[in-house]
Amino acid sequence: MTAADDATPILRLRGVTKRFGAVTALDSIDLDVHRGEVVALVGDNGAGKSTLVKILSGVHAKTEGSIEFMGEEVQIDTPSRAIELGISTVFQDLALCENLDVVANLFLGQEVNPWRLNEIEMEVRAWKLLGELAARIPSVREPIASLSGGQRQTVAICRSLLLEPEIIMLDEPTAALGVAQTAEVLNLVERVRDRGHGVILISHNMDDVRAVADRIVVLRLGRNNGTFGPEATHEELVAAITGGADNSVSRRARKSEAVPASAEGGEGA
Amino acid sequence: MSDIQKFDRADTRVRADEGLGGAVRGFVDRMRSGDLGVLPVLLGLILIAIVFSSLNPVFMRPANLTNLLFDAAAVGLISLGVVFVLLLGEIDLSIGSMSGVASAILGVLWVNAGVPWPLALLAALAAGAVTGFVYASLLNRFGMPSFVSTLAGLLALLGLQLYLLGNSGSINLPFQSFPIRFGQTMVMPGWLSYLLAVIPGAAIFAFGLQTRTLRAQANLSVPSMSVLIVKAAGLNAIILLAVWYLNQGRGVPAMFVFFVVIVTGMEYVLTRTQFGRSILAVGGNREAARRAGINVKHIRIYCFMMCSAFAAFGGVLAASRLASASRQAGTGDVNLNAIAAAVIGGTSLFGGRGSAWSALLGVLVIQAISNGLTLLNLSSSLRYMILGAVLAIAVIVDSLARQSRASHGRA
Ligand SMILES: Nc1ncnc2c1ncn2[C@@H]1O[C@H](COP(=O)(O)OP(=O)(O)O)[C@@H](O)[C@H]1O
Ligand SMILES: [Mg+2]
Repeated sequence: MTAADDATPILRLRGVTKRFGAVTALDSIDLDVHRGEVVALVGDNGAGKSTLVKILSGVHAKTEGSIEFMGEEVQIDTPSRAIELGISTVFQDLALCENLDVVANLFLGQEVNPWRLNEIEMEVRAWKLLGELAARIPSVREPIASLSGGQRQTVAICRSLLLEPEIIMLDEPTAALGVAQTAEVLNLVERVRDRGHGVILISHNMDDVRAVADRIVVLRLGRNNGTFGPEATHEELVAAITGGADNSVSRRARKSEAVPASAEGGEGA
Repeated sequence: MSDIQKFDRADTRVRADEGLGGAVRGFVDRMRSGDLGVLPVLLGLILIAIVFSSLNPVFMRPANLTNLLFDAAAVGLISLGVVFVLLLGEIDLSIGSMSGVASAILGVLWVNAGVPWPLALLAALAAGAVTGFVYASLLNRFGMPSFVSTLAGLLALLGLQLYLLGNSGSINLPFQSFPIRFGQTMVMPGWLSYLLAVIPGAAIFAFGLQTRTLRAQANLSVPSMSVLIVKAAGLNAIILLAVWYLNQGRGVPAMFVFFVVIVTGMEYVLTRTQFGRSILAVGGNREAARRAGINVKHIRIYCFMMCSAFAAFGGVLAASRLASASRQAGTGDVNLNAIAAAVIGGTSLFGGRGSAWSALLGVLVIQAISNGLTLLNLSSSLRYMILGAVLAIAVIVDSLARQSRASHGRA
């Protein structure tokens, strides 16, 4: 791999715009993701984070703009195109089939041996993948319907790792997870990065974001609203997310400072 | 036990259902949570046998049962096709008409135009495939719900059937030909029927042993040997008994064996191939399947094509059974019998759950009821009403089981 290769981002978005009828969900978004980089995407509800992820995973078509993958302009018009390129995604709604068991969901579309499914190999790999995430799933032969929200989220995350992707996008992957599991997912994000892949992480938890992100990209009402380093303070991020220094979050923070007895700061989003 | 922890036995919350006792416990759990499997069907068959044979002892005579199996194969094949469409959560209401068109094509090409019957059969299957392709395309391109497009197709195909048959109204098929012998008289030779009867059990045992070794090598828990033996031996005993009983009369219809072989093949496709897995995924969660890179439109095309082609094949078998292609072929209760059979056998109308076996089990129930009512000399008016009620009950069981599974968190 040459130095020039390293400099080209895995993913480069320029002016990506998405309109749903009258609603402009994304307005001229620019975004770069390099090898071995974790980019956190933050923003309030409705900022357009999930829409951006869906465009990059081929679920929605972009209205305007260009997407370069490994330095070449690409059209990601179907989910299978994104998978082919090596873009894998943990969707906010997880996108699992409740009627199928854990193994079938993990390998959906990527089954080992299409004309004579190798259930045993798939089951072993499923256990190993789940083990890497320290997942607490009692049985991989139970339908997804019988799993809890957190367990489902783990399955969805494992699924995204199956194919050794170039870049992995996680849309609020820790929202339903417990403390230990969240830490595992953050460790995993770091491991994926250390292997030289790119990561886009969406989260509302600013501590998690600052802990693992190399860059924090803020979206607000469908537009880029600043890029920060991991050293950015909570107040700076909140200001960028909400669009001003004076907002309900900062007011709550000031209020709790005024009452010294309350040790807890106002953790907003 | 073993010092190396098995992958799937690491979690202490999972009860390891070992041995026969464990199998029974697992079975009871599944029943309780609404995962009924084949139990309702087996109970239904036993109930039907008791009721009808007490009303008319002829019902359980070997010769009548052979007759019943001859009748079951044609509808069964139609039902097998509709399973594929039901698994997607779609429906095909035109399978009866499709089978009628197929029998008309067979009659016109084979008898009127002198084409060899295998080519006529292929033409009928091709007509089915084209019809299915049209339904799937209407759904893919225009989002036309399948119950509307196939309802329109029902009428259009009926028209085509009448057009093909023209003024004559019915075409008699040559009695001495292979298709008619296949449809009316051909039974398995005694020795062959016994040989075939032990294959399912032997296969279950052999594959079971193989799975045990492979799982043990892969450090996974191993299914119990005693359960495997009981399953294989039990299945063998039941089939051997049935074959012996049928051989007391006319024997086992070749047509029915043919049907069972096709069902087995389709069960393999559904459970052991990527294609089958994709069908279940699309039926369970279409958007999730799409995001996993499955081409939902292609899956729909294949399923609708298979459905209509199987309906056409069933129509050809039905024509062989009657030795004629007539205007009545495929009309009346054929449509709903085939759909009811799939649902009774355990294929859900809501998509994502079902099996090829459901066509086999369901068609036995439907044919048994139909045959029993005919033996009682009940008019077709009453037969229709009773079969209608049976379909309604099957759908209610399906819905209730689905609700129960939902409340027990089992999809
Ligand atoms: N399929 C859709 N059709 C119409 N509007 C949509 C659709 N998906 C998202 N939107 C709109 O796009 C905006 C961004 O939504 P989303 O990307 O889900 O936000 P986030 O994930 O940042 O909370 C919202 O205003 C939402 O209503
Ligand atoms: Mg979102």
